[in-house]
Amino acid sequence: MTGTVTPFPAPRRASAPQTEGSAMSPSSVATAVEPLLDVRGLTISLPDGADRPYAVENLTFTLNPNEILCVVGESGSGKSMTAHATMGLLPKPHVKVTGGELLFRGHNVFTMSETEQRALRGGRIAMVFQEPMTALNPLKKVGDQIEESLRVHTSLDKAARAARVVELLTQVGLPNPADLSKSYPFRLSGGQRQRVMIAMALACEPDVLIADEPTTALDVTTQKQILELIRSIQAERHMGVMFITHDFGVVAEIADRVAVMQHGKLVEIGPARQVLNAPTHPYTRHLIASVPHYIEHRADFTKSGDALLEARNVNKVFNVGGGFLRKGRQVVAGDDICLTIHPGETVGLVGESGSGKSTLGRSIVGLMTPNSGQILFKGQNLLGLKRREFRPFRRDIQMVFQDPYASLNPRHKVGDIISQGPVAFGEDKGKALTRARELLQLVGLDGSAADRYPHQFSGGQRQRISIARALAMDPTLLVADEPVSALDVSVQTQVLKLLDDIRHRLNLSMLFITHDLRVAAQVCDTIAVMRRGKIVEIGPSRSVFGDPQHEYTRTLLDAIPGKAWEIPAELLAERAGHSAGGHPS
Amino acid sequence: MAGLVPFLAGRMVKAVVILFAIVVLNFLLVHAAPGDPAMVMAGEAGAADAKFVEQLREQFGLNKPLHEQLMTYVGTVAQGDLGFSYRQQRPVWDLIADRLPATLMLTLSAFVVALVGGILLGTLAAINSGKWSDSAITVVALLAYATPIYWVGLMLILLFSVSLGWLPAFGFETVGAGLTGLDRLGDILAHLVLPVFTLGLFYMAVYARMTRASILEVRDMDFVKTARAKGLRESRIVFGHILRNAILPVITVAGVQGGHLIGGSILVETVFAWPGIGRLAFDAVLQRDYQVLLGIFFVSSVMVIVFNILTDLVYTLVDPRIEVAK
Amino acid sequence: MKTSSGFWAAYARNKGAVFGLLIVAVVIVLALFSGVLFPESPWEMVNAPFLPPMSDGALLGTDTLGRDIAAGIAHGARMSLWIGLVSTGVALLIGVSLGALAGFFGGVVDDAIMRFTELFQTIPNFVLAVVLVAIFTPSSTSIVAAIAIVSWPPLARLARGEFLSLRSREFVQAAITTGQSNLTIIVRQILPNSLSPIIVSASLMVATAILLESSLSFLGLGDPNQMSWGYMVGAARTVIRQAWWMSFFPGLAILLTVLSLNLIGEGLNDALNPKLARKGR
Repeated sequence: MTGTVTPFPAPRRASAPQTEGSAMSPSSVATAVEPLLDVRGLTISLPDGADRPYAVENLTFTLNPNEILCVVGESGSGKSMTAHATMGLLPKPHVKVTGGELLFRGHNVFTMSETEQRALRGGRIAMVFQEPMTALNPLKKVGDQIEESLRVHTSLDKAARAARVVELLTQVGLPNPADLSKSYPFRLSGGQRQRVMIAMALACEPDVLIADEPTTALDVTTQKQILELIRSIQAERHMGVMFITHDFGVVAEIADRVAVMQHGKLVEIGPARQVLNAPTHPYTRHLIASVPHYIEHRADFTKSGDALLEARNVNKVFNVGGGFLRKGRQVVAGDDICLTIHPGETVGLVGESGSGKSTLGRSIVGLMTPNSGQILFKGQNLLGLKRREFRPFRRDIQMVFQDPYASLNPRHKVGDIISQGPVAFGEDKGKALTRARELLQLVGLDGSAADRYPHQFSGGQRQRISIARALAMDPTLLVADEPVSALDVSVQTQVLKLLDDIRHRLNLSMLFITHDLRVAAQVCDTIAVMRRGKIVEIGPSRSVFGDPQHEYTRTLLDAIPGKAWEIPAELLAERAGHSAGGHPS
Repeated sequence: MAGLVPFLAGRMVKAVVILFAIVVLNFLLVHAAPGDPAMVMAGEAGAADAKFVEQLREQFGLNKPLHEQLMTYVGTVAQGDLGFSYRQQRPVWDLIADRLPATLMLTLSAFVVALVGGILLGTLAAINSGKWSDSAITVVALLAYATPIYWVGLMLILLFSVSLGWLPAFGFETVGAGLTGLDRLGDILAHLVLPVFTLGLFYMAVYARMTRASILEVRDMDFVKTARAKGLRESRIVFGHILRNAILPVITVAGVQGGHLIGGSILVETVFAWPGIGRLAFDAVLQRDYQVLLGIFFVSSVMVIVFNILTDLVYTLVDPRIEVAK
Repeated sequence: MKTSSGFWAAYARNKGAVFGLLIVAVVIVLALFSGVLFPESPWEMVNAPFLPPMSDGALLGTDTLGRDIAAGIAHGARMSLWIGLVSTGVALLIGVSLGALAGFFGGVVDDAIMRFTELFQTIPNFVLAVVLVAIFTPSSTSIVAAIAIVSWPPLARLARGEFLSLRSREFVQAAITTGQSNLTIIVRQILPNSLSPIIVSASLMVATAILLESSLSFLGLGDPNQMSWGYMVGAARTVIRQAWWMSFFPGLAILLTVLSLNLIGEGLNDALNPKLARKGR
């Protein structure tokens, strides 16, 4: 997905004429630039019994006017804690700031009175959160929720406040702002709610905007719009934006400067161009090398023989919200879907949330029944089969699930979890357990893992166990439903590598379901793009990425964050070395 | 509110179905009871009168096949005929209608006291969570939750009537005092205090615990963080954002449980000699007057259904999300 | 799964729960050894009537017929615990089976079972219990049946909710795709994971059942052959002005027992659902 789609030579932001600490806000041209936020030696302690004593340790950085500073890190890096500490939102009394200072325009926020802090919050420093679906009060009209901010921080009268609310909603690009301000949040989509949150944050023209993973919960096309909105608003108002993210693609898209955090410590900070293209710290290099990207050199898959699986005209409609004497809304999850998977082929099923991609996957493994159509496995229509007749096919078609924390029974030992399937098919318990140990080694874990419980493993390790469980059935087709989307990028790479490795070694066919085109590019021979229950485009990876035919595919590709940024070649070389070991921490 | 009519219509249909099921249940109870259905209907006292038993047999077609009997029974109840109490020599419906106002007065006041008190105490406890006032409220709620209400009633009588002499212990009003107008009202209210508090106490504890738990849960939600990030005062966060979201589920559960107050009123009316249907039920138990008992069962079920519809209605008006959830 | 020592450590952190366990232990001992402690039948008139507490030969006084109140309380403990446990067991059996079926199979099965449950939740439960016991004549069996019949709906809802959410969990789906049978899935995959909330509400239900039994026998609907705390309060109701102790002590026994069971329930909740417990109780 590099230069093939849009020929931008370098990241937009990274090439902006700014260097660290010297940004000038036009509103304060005469004076020397004073940072908006000056964080010095910030330390946040975690309660006793946590896995480490400090969430954030001795953190020092500045945020200047008129810049976007991206704070990047994997889960548990302390990036969110930093944002919350700035806003005085740490979960009291367990987590608290125990050291350092945080200066806003030269005044230490931590020593201010509660009243002074409140005046800053929402007034001078505003925040946008990750989850737009839960960040708004469900029982208050959105207009009133924005107005509340104005009431606290400004002296505007009622009419002026109402006018301002409409103005704000217009600025964040919402349709019919006057009507919309009288709606309740449940009527709005996720993207719209995030716009409302941004409008709320902008209400009092803050100097600093803190955005905590504001696009992580959104679809990629919505993410693009929100990123553009934040960028344009920042440029217009010369705000300082502290943007927290785990995604280097997003960083490449909007950052002026980048701070990289690991285990609560700052490991690298610098201008975006420098950090993205010539990272110095090994952790940064590792993270950037793990960013999924399109692999050019993958050879096209040559289909041979009959299709292993063929979906013919599959239709599925869900009734949502219906009940006794009540008709619900209808959601189309499958609209005349046709798809083939050949032996040894990996087909990527890509689409945004609600596109119906999981429905198809679940129909194939028999967890769901479509309304009509056929799913042929080695020529046999699975949909017509009764429960008992379907059972022999269960061995052939296995599934790897999304959530590594929900997909293993917490009360069973790993060895049992893996061997339960074969035992259900009559295999001797002892034999199945021995095989489970072998499989654990195959997926890069120690055989002794069989005697432990799932909670003793990390997310990536659990996903390996999940894969071993599927392999225990000796399947010919593997359905992987978003197998890496709950994992941190560095772990993601390892699991993807494992899947790719195994499917070649065991000559497996795979249906790989994902919302992330970049991830699909890593492992798929063929890509099918889904939208509202329809497959709009299907073809070899190379042509779908290089020469997309459908408008929607182009929109999706265009929405990939950081598409214009080339991961430095030397890091990619390093990556090959990294994941060869493949053993997670 | 355009959605109101179909909503009510839907609830009415459901109510009729439930009522029908309860009538069938009544019918089955009469037939499942040990002994001749006619004898069961007549009750212990009526069983001696052969003519009355014969009349019952005739009226309910007790010699006909079971399904015909059921139809006859349902038809009778549908006409508002809940049977005849041989013991009291009056139709059951008349007996209940006489007593209904007193029971409604008692249960509704108790419900309001319990709900208002419970929500207030629960809120107080949650706001001060971890402090002594929280602990005090929690302990009192635990105690109230574990105490048999009839015993609470007796102990209150012991304290406020027998020892202190502040409040009357028994009855609806002072018999033979000949009070009129405001004096009579005051007298009735004085008689009402102890029964209402007794009946309300248990549910007050239930609602206080629920409110507290609900507030603590809502307090950690994302939108509260948003409110805090806006720089709102703590009091505004609590009253403007947390409370409404926390109390809504409490009201729903309270509405469902409201019906249980009628069960409790049997005990409270027995203790305080309150002339309501609870006391009637106690007398019917003593006299084995099953017609009256089954009538009370039916009427109290109707009360619960009406009550549930009312709380649903309130809920629909308060929660903006409901109107389009059609 | 946690080790049992971890479980007890979590349980013991709740002081109220430890207190509850102690009291319940005392009540159990009292129930087990009531025959030894008070060999005479509690119905026996052993002393002069209306003796106040601390009288000679009657620690807690005697009632209107000269029966020993302490003996009544000891023998009543047996009845209360027995009814509480057995009726909870029956309610669990009905509620969990129906809830499990509804939650696991969903669709029409779920609809039918939940309509049925709703019906029972609408009926004022204590009134139904009174009607049932009165019509089927008071006995231990009819009391247990009545309490179970009015108590199972909340358990069914709880079990259904648990089954419904676990059913869509990925580890259960994995069990389906690896060809395990419905019975295996219900018993081995789902049930162990839904047990802790069910155990907690069962312990609370024992308390509710004891309250219900005492209320029934207060109204004169107790088992006529068994001494019970509710009956003692009910019989003393009319002489409350003259003899407070006759209703005070049995009522106190109910209060302490029910309170302790509730405290135990909370302790179990803390120990079994550590995540919820931290949110404060």
